[in-house]
Amino acid sequence: MQHLKYIVFAFITVLAFQSCKTDKKSNDGTVEVYQCPMECEGNKTYNEAGSCPICHMDLKAVETSSKLVNDDAISEESVFNLTSHWNMEEGKTIQLKELKGKTLVMVMIYTSCKAACPRLVADMRNIEAQIPAEKVKNIQFVMVSIDPETDTPEKLKAFAKENAMDGDQWTFLQGSVSGVREFANVLSVKYKEISPIDFSHSNIISVFNAQGELVHQQEGLGVDNKETIESIIKVTP
Amino acid sequence: MKTKAFRLFITLLVFQTFLFAQSAGMVFIKGSRYIPLYGRDSTVVEVKDFEIDIYPITNAEYENFVKKHPKWQKSKVIKLFADTSYLSNWKNDLELKASEKPNSPVTYISWFAAKDYCECQGKRLPTVDEWEYVAMADETTKDARKKSSYNKQILAWYEAPRSNENTIGEHPKNAWGVHDLHGLVWEWTLDFNSVLITGESRKDVDKDSNLFCGSAAVNATDLMNYAAFMRYAIRGSLKAKYSMKNLGFRCAKDINLK
Repeated sequence: MQHLKYIVFAFITVLAFQSCKTDKKSNDGTVEVYQCPMECEGNKTYNEAGSCPICHMDLKAVETSSKLVNDDAISEESVFNLTSHWNMEEGKTIQLKELKGKTLVMVMIYTSCKAACPRLVADMRNIEAQIPAEKVKNIQFVMVSIDPETDTPEKLKAFAKENAMDGDQWTFLQGSVSGVREFANVLSVKYKEISPIDFSHSNIISVFNAQGELVHQQEGLGVDNKETIESIIKVTP
Repeated sequence: MKTKAFRLFITLLVFQTFLFAQSAGMVFIKGSRYIPLYGRDSTVVEVKDFEIDIYPITNAEYENFVKKHPKWQKSKVIKLFADTSYLSNWKNDLELKASEKPNSPVTYISWFAAKDYCECQGKRLPTVDEWEYVAMADETTKDARKKSSYNKQILAWYEAPRSNENTIGEHPKNAWGVHDLHGLVWEWTLDFNSVLITGESRKDVDKDSNLFCGSAAVNATDLMNYAAFMRYAIRGSLKAKYSMKNLGFRCAKDINLK
C-alpha cells in the first residue's frame, strides 16, 4: 500500500510544478507635454494642448522624462528592466543591469554570419576608433548573439580575438532563445533563422545612455555614422 | 501488491498524458510540414505537435490576470513594455469601460504583456508558423487554402468594421476545433519579428537591401493569398510595445509527454 501512496504523491508533486513570476515595479508620475504629430517643428514641444501653428493638426500628448525614484533606480524606458540572464564571452553570467553606469553601444550579430555581420562589426570598430580614448573607458560596446545555440561563450571569445575586439571595452553576450527574442524586440530588431547556421536580421546599432535608455539608433550597413558618434559623445562623460 | 502498484502507475501515466495532451480550453494540433506564404527560403516548414487555445484571451480573463500581476495594470506598466494606448479601453487599472464586453477578445495589448500572460499560465505564444498552420483550416478541411470560399470568407472579415467588439465563439470552429482565428481580431505571435518586411516598398524591393542581411530569403510563395499577405504585412510593421484596437492573442503549449 505504501507504494501507492508514493506514486500518488510523486504524481501530484509533478503536477504542482507550475510557477509564475510576480515581480512588482513601482511607478511614478510623468510630465505630460504636447507635440505636433507630424513633427513640423522638429522636436519642439508645448506645455498645453492646442494645434500646430504650421499644419494645424491637434497636438498630441507625449510623455517625456519619467522621474527617477532615487539614484539607484532605473526609469521605465530603461533596458535594465529586462531580467533575462546572459553569458559573457569570459564565461560570467550577468543581467543587463550589471552593465549600468557606462554608455552602451549594442548590436545583434551571429558569428557564423558571412554577409552583413562582418560589415556591422567593422562599423562598430569604426565607431570605436573615432571616439576619444578618455571617453572609451566609459563606454561598453556590446555584441549580442542572435544565435544563442551556436554562439557559446567560447565561440564568442574566439570571434573577439579573431577580430581584435578583445579589449575591456568589448563585450559579447549569449542569451537564451526567449531572452534574445525579447531583447531584439526592445531594440526593434527583426530576425529569422533561414537555415541552422544562417539568419536574416536587421542591421541596427543602438546607443543607450548610462541609465539604459535608448538615445540613438543607426539603421543600415556602412551608413554615415557621424550622428551615432555624436550621440555617443554627447551622453558619455 | 506489486502488480497493483504497477497497474496504478500505468493508469496514472495514461491519465497524465490525457491531462497534458488536452489541457483545459486547448486543443491538440498534430504537427506536420507545409509551405507557408513566407518561410525559410519559401520552402517547407515543420510544425511539431502542440496545443493551442480554442479561443482568444478575453477581457474577463485578462482582468483576472492584472489583478494577480499588478505590474501589467494600465497605470503600472512600464514604457519599455507597452505604449500609451495599452488597455486604453479600460476605465481604470482593474475595470473595463462599461461599453466593453467581458467576453470580447482582449485588445490594446503589447507583445510583452501577451508573452508574460501566456508564461504565467505555463504556456507561450504560438509561433508564426504554428498560427498560420492552424489558421489554414476551414470548417471541414485542415488545409483549405486552395478553396476560393476560404479566402473569400477571410477577406469578407477584413472588410467588416469593428469586429473586435464582437464576442468570442460566434464563428464556427475550424477543422481542428479552434475558434476565431479569422473574423475577430489579429493575434500576436511569439516570433512576429521574424517577418522581415518593412512595409516600405523602397526598402523591400531591393534584394541586396542594406536593411536586412539575407533579405532575399523572404519571398511570397503565393501572391494570390492576399489575406495571408496582409497578416504578414501587419506582423512586419509591428513593434513589441505597440498595442492596437484589433490585436489580441491566444496561447499555445508544447507537448511535453509522449
